[in-house]
Amino acid sequence: MAQKGIREFHAKKLLARFLTEHPEYGFSYEGKIVLVMPESAMTEFARENPWLKEKKLVAKPDMLFGKRGKHGLVLLNAPLEETEKWINERMGKEVQVGKTKGVLTHFLVEPFVPHDKEYYIAIKTEENGDRIYFSDEGGVKIEENWEHVKEFFVPINKAINDVSLTGLNEIIQHFVKALYNFFVEYDFTYLEINPFAMVGNEIAPLDFVARLDDTALFKDSEKWENIEFPTPFGRNFTKEEEFIRELDEKTGASLKLTILNPDGYVWLMVAGGGASVIYTDTVVDLGYGNELANYGEYSGAPSEEETYLYAKTILDLMTKKKDPRGKVLIIGGGIANFTDVAKTFKGIVKALNEYKDKLKENNVKIFVRRGGPNYQAGLAMMKKLGKEIEVPIEVHGPELHMTRVVKIALGGEK
Amino acid sequence: MKLFEKDSKAIIFGRQAIAVQSMLDFDFISKRETPSVVCFVSPDRPGFERLFFGSKEMLIPVYKTITEAVKKHPDATVMVNFAPSRFTYQTTVDAINTGNIKTIAIIAEGVPERETRALSALAKEKGKVIIGPATVGGVIAGKFKIGNAGGTIENVISSKLYRPGSVGLVTKSGGMLNEMFNMIARNTDGVYEGIAIGGDKYPSSSLADHLLRLEEIPEVKFLVMLGEVGGLEEYKVVEALKQGKIKKPLVAWVTGTCSKIFPTEVQFGHAGARAGNDEETADSKNKALKESGAIISNSFDDLPEQIKKTYEELKSKGIIQEIEEFTPLQLPMDYETLMKQGLIRKHAEFINTIADERGELSYSGVPITKIIKEKHSIGYAIGLLWLQKKLPDYASEFIELLITVFADHGPCVSGAHNTMVAARAGKDLVSSVTSGLLTMGPRYGAAQEESGRYYLWARENGLTPQQAIDKAKEQGIPLPGFGHKIKSTKNIDWREKILIEFVRKNFPKTEYLDYCLEMEKITTKISDKFIFNIGGISGALWLDLLKSLGYTDEEVKELVEEGILTSINVLARTIGYIGHHLEQNRLKENLYRVPYDDVLYSLPDEKDL
Repeated sequence: MAQKGIREFHAKKLLARFLTEHPEYGFSYEGKIVLVMPESAMTEFARENPWLKEKKLVAKPDMLFGKRGKHGLVLLNAPLEETEKWINERMGKEVQVGKTKGVLTHFLVEPFVPHDKEYYIAIKTEENGDRIYFSDEGGVKIEENWEHVKEFFVPINKAINDVSLTGLNEIIQHFVKALYNFFVEYDFTYLEINPFAMVGNEIAPLDFVARLDDTALFKDSEKWENIEFPTPFGRNFTKEEEFIRELDEKTGASLKLTILNPDGYVWLMVAGGGASVIYTDTVVDLGYGNELANYGEYSGAPSEEETYLYAKTILDLMTKKKDPRGKVLIIGGGIANFTDVAKTFKGIVKALNEYKDKLKENNVKIFVRRGGPNYQAGLAMMKKLGKEIEVPIEVHGPELHMTRVVKIALGGEK
Repeated sequence: MKLFEKDSKAIIFGRQAIAVQSMLDFDFISKRETPSVVCFVSPDRPGFERLFFGSKEMLIPVYKTITEAVKKHPDATVMVNFAPSRFTYQTTVDAINTGNIKTIAIIAEGVPERETRALSALAKEKGKVIIGPATVGGVIAGKFKIGNAGGTIENVISSKLYRPGSVGLVTKSGGMLNEMFNMIARNTDGVYEGIAIGGDKYPSSSLADHLLRLEEIPEVKFLVMLGEVGGLEEYKVVEALKQGKIKKPLVAWVTGTCSKIFPTEVQFGHAGARAGNDEETADSKNKALKESGAIISNSFDDLPEQIKKTYEELKSKGIIQEIEEFTPLQLPMDYETLMKQGLIRKHAEFINTIADERGELSYSGVPITKIIKEKHSIGYAIGLLWLQKKLPDYASEFIELLITVFADHGPCVSGAHNTMVAARAGKDLVSSVTSGLLTMGPRYGAAQEESGRYYLWARENGLTPQQAIDKAKEQGIPLPGFGHKIKSTKNIDWREKILIEFVRKNFPKTEYLDYCLEMEKITTKISDKFIFNIGGISGALWLDLLKSLGYTDEEVKELVEEGILTSINVLARTIGYIGHHLEQNRLKENLYRVPYDDVLYSLPDEKDL
């Protein structure tokens, strides 16, 4: 799924590994850092990392959100006991960061580095190359001081050595080159160290934000080791969403589910990445945005078993709580290129059959629209099922405009 | 610029036979003169692929490398790259670096962004065009179909993709391509060309690239674009509109207007479909497109109306003229499809009643787990496979007894000897063992065949034992199953004793054994070497076994005709021959040559000839 954020802890570990393996750049960073989780034992960390006891420490949550200082979530220059206490007080607590609420579960702890000068560096990818930003006035006020930021562009088919880094002193030039090569070699798509300090040739990255291109896993798995791609802060998955995520990871097909409103009136089960977005748009356009229960998508020729499990998950959720108006399920999709429609419908039919009583109890009306290989057989199967299980199933093929079925299902605009 | 013409030819990387068959079917019904695919490239599996062009079957070559493919097919200007994402970069570089290939479609999802960007830069430098990655490709109506784009042949026909229309289409989503083809066919005279650029963040060629290209094609009268939330692709189109580079009417819609109602970030199905900031939202893009002169509908639902309106307008102005319709050629139906639909039938080439591996393996209908659980015996399995009978214990025990006593008879017998000679000549196990088996016949190792048949004939014709002996003499043949080179009444064959004892104790019927022993009483009076031998005994005992199992004389005769008598010997001896082959190899014995003194050289004098 392309660009994925990683923890500051992992970003720093990767940098430490890179600089150790490339002494030719002449910079060092030891990567003294630990990641504390609810089940972590500090005493064990201290045994393996003697510096925890020897140095003054910094602690902060490491969960892909920024502006931690502003939210009072950074501890500076504290001994181990105090750090431990500080973390324990916050671990498992819910906090609000901007508009997002979430529970704190991961903290990083590293040595406190006294420093005078704070630098800023960021690298991001663009269509034709990578853009580097550098400033020797980094820190929290970087945006206010943006006029000091120097900008360099490395075209995609050029090396950093081909680019003139005018306005930077020699040591900084070396460091920019090293960091850029790190960025390329480890397949980052975004990297920002703000600020970092330099003590001699020692680098101290004080705050590090990074995203990797996870599609490069096939060539970088050794470099990345067992890196984890955490979900965005505050995005807690329900049991059902987690189940579909696991199913999705195991298969070559694509299965997505996001619950927007568990009591929603309109439920979607749409085939295809493009079509699923459009169906969702249409529900919103018709004024049913706040009654839309889910965003969902299945594509890439999932097996009968996979569509069965996917459909079952949705049917289970939508028949948990009754609505006096009943509920609407739209089994939609465009005209498939190569997915066998009848085959994928088999799994859905099996799930509908299993839930026939609950569907009747909840007064669920089902609307189908789909085209593609073998769609006639698939639609016939749905029609027959409706009669058998006595649940209203309205069936349409490509003769009906793709999203018109949403209008039919919802009886027009609200 | 037109990327594809009616005679464009493609190289396919990856053995995607089904996708390519759909391309060839498209070619055929569109009345292309030649197929659009000239060869495949597959580093692992070179060879040939058998596909149809209409009802004609063709052999399409599969080469190991792109270089070889290009050399053999210098007329190919397109490569459709089905390589998995990890091999996309190198295979595409190879294709770009050929002189001939101008257009490459990359189908794989999950190509690293850095690799895609590098490929795009290289393609640009060399003046080539890449469509994708992460796309189904596209269709140039009536001219060229990339891979699976356009879907089934029914869809190609219903969306009129077999002949060019007036609409130039570009979408981000490959999955929506067919939907758009359908929508356009229902509301206009159809598409001229439709390309899906792919759902990645950095597609190699952009929506704008293709729209600008379509702008230059005179047959294209107006443009349709389906964009998507995420990325900044659509702003290049806005730029082109503002600069007046796109002059043809453009009906556009950017999907994903729903993203604003989501409380947290939702990753849609496509990698690029994620609004990082306001600029990337569908609403902002639709607004910018509208402001720069694109025809924007209120929603996707209204898109067909906008397309229809634009078409009607251009038609009333005379910009779009009535196009020449033609009936696509009828595609021959596939045998499998017709069979599935129950429209045709045929006789099977083979009949099988003894083993079924399609579910749980079963022998004559008895599941293998049941065989193992209840009997766990080779004899029982043989009964099911050879006779289709659940054998009583004595019968399967007897069969196993035969296998045991006939498994080997030392190195000097013809079959074992030949196996050893073949093994020492360096032949493999199957060759050595079969050279032994091929030696078996009436004089060696399969005497029971001839013997059994003779006793059966003798008793059928009501001959007394004496008459049976005399009849052989009359016919001038040795009495089958009687006489031995070494053994005699004084030097008995222990195998005979074991078998006869077992049969006497267990078989309900022993009529053939009794008959032969009567004959032996007579023959041994002639000579003590004229004994009832092992070949004769096993022939007679097989007949008694079959009779004991309840077969009628007629049925026994049929089984003998089928070849039942030699069966056990072939099976048993195979065990011994395998032993001889393995042993010769274990001992590293060298090539055997018959010593001179074992051959009498006695050649005629030339002048006597």
